[in-house]
Amino acid sequence: MQEFLQYLFSGLTNGAIYAVIALGFSMLYSATKLINFAQGEFVMLGALSLVSLWSGLHLPLPIAFLISVAGVSIAGILLERLAIRSVRVPHPITLVIITVGASILLRGVAMLAWGKDSHSVRSFSSHPPFDIAGATLLPQSLWILGVTAAVVAALHFFYKKTLTGKAMEACAINKRAASILGVPSERMVMLAFAMSAAVGAMAGILIAPVTMCGYDMGAMLGLKGFCAAMLGGVGSSWGAIAGGLLLGVLESLGVGFISSSLKDAIAFLLLLFILYVRPSGIFGAGEVHRF
Amino acid sequence: MAESSKAPHGAMLRIRNLKCYYGRIQAINGVSLSVRSGEIVTLIGANGAGKSTLMQAICGLLSQWEGEIRFRDKPLRGKKAPEIVREGVSLVPEGRWIFPPLSVMDNLRLGAYTRKARSERKSVAEDVEAMLELFPVLRERARQAAGTLSGGEQQMLAIGRALMSRPRLLLLDEPSMGLAPLMVRKILDTLAELREKGLTILLVEQNARAALQTADRGYVLENGRIVLDGPAADLLADQEVKRAYLGKDYREFTEGRV
Repeated sequence: MQEFLQYLFSGLTNGAIYAVIALGFSMLYSATKLINFAQGEFVMLGALSLVSLWSGLHLPLPIAFLISVAGVSIAGILLERLAIRSVRVPHPITLVIITVGASILLRGVAMLAWGKDSHSVRSFSSHPPFDIAGATLLPQSLWILGVTAAVVAALHFFYKKTLTGKAMEACAINKRAASILGVPSERMVMLAFAMSAAVGAMAGILIAPVTMCGYDMGAMLGLKGFCAAMLGGVGSSWGAIAGGLLLGVLESLGVGFISSSLKDAIAFLLLLFILYVRPSGIFGAGEVHRF
Repeated sequence: MAESSKAPHGAMLRIRNLKCYYGRIQAINGVSLSVRSGEIVTLIGANGAGKSTLMQAICGLLSQWEGEIRFRDKPLRGKKAPEIVREGVSLVPEGRWIFPPLSVMDNLRLGAYTRKARSERKSVAEDVEAMLELFPVLRERARQAAGTLSGGEQQMLAIGRALMSRPRLLLLDEPSMGLAPLMVRKILDTLAELREKGLTILLVEQNARAALQTADRGYVLENGRIVLDGPAADLLADQEVKRAYLGKDYREFTEGRV
């Protein structure tokens, strides 16, 4: 029981990170029907920016957090402006391949900027770990779950309560219909890129204290987030959250009760299973549901 | 057409020698027309005559066109759809283009996207109320997804949504499409009512009789050209129009339009 609780805690912690990354995939997908395979690199950029700004420059944590998120959003906007919008015939496959290319580029740039070595940062708070029924819960886990909940609440508010959120959804439903109401669709796409990059950066910042941060951390995290998004049904925010948490917990239980060498395999076995059972889930015209 | 020479000065919308292309296919072939402030003008013609193309050119949905489109003496060339809405031209498109998963209320509020400044919040709320007043059935369905509405209700929603930007000129593309005659009457009566309140309307219709009964003036579009124009009453009485549009129109009416 104590063991199970321990695995559950670490599973939920990782799962929350996957959920946030999956949200980034989902948000962009529902606004643009595009899977951005550079999403994982935004996570990496968020983590490494925090390393530089917080550990390196000793800026206060909230300021380092804000600057990192803002910087990565700008990277997201640049990706959209320079690589996506300039494509003359925007076929979905072309765009997806461009995002794969962008991820390789970003990884290379990060390697030049931060070097090949891994970095680490300390936990957000220096509180000692909690003991719950014999299992240990790290304070960073609470930070991760708390910020994840805040991100979910903020996105929920954005889509449900703001006119801009509705306009973004309207653009996704019918771009021309939105344009004759005065909604500039290019700006909505740009905003979707900026927001999904920002959400990715937040995931990176949250996970930085509990992992090794290096230029190549994004690939695996991005794929896990992608698995989570697929698992829950891409385009659905609740699906992304459920998929992320489910993936994290299954992974953690698999590591604990079967073998630690299975950690990454579990995500991809799940992905294969989903693709096998619901193949239309990927690029198929599944209904778009947000919160 | 001689229309350009007799186009009244200070027309709200003035189109001169408009030519529209889809790739290399020319859909509009030198059309000139004008709409004066406070008028209901109708553009009638058969399927494929180029009516919708003309509407899309005015609204900035079509980029390939030559000639001149001026709204309140400002050229609309090069402006994209969102800018043209801000100028005061609002379109009720063919097929309505409502957002089916969003609620009726959200559809209406999106119509006021150009007025999303905080200072406009109160007047937007007033306008939402006015739209629900104008179309009471929308109030009953305010929380429902727009896709669950009937065709006529969706058309009302599309008109209400277009009015939310407080346009000076309302363009309607085939608002009677697929609707029962009673509903068509109701919608056209609403347009007459809106005109009384000072709105200027350009109405594109296949349903020529109903459109001419509501409008002040009309143009007949055939194969991308204006072949006839004049006061609506004259067009209604015109033998050519009767033969080509009104007879057919009556048959279509009784057989139900799709």
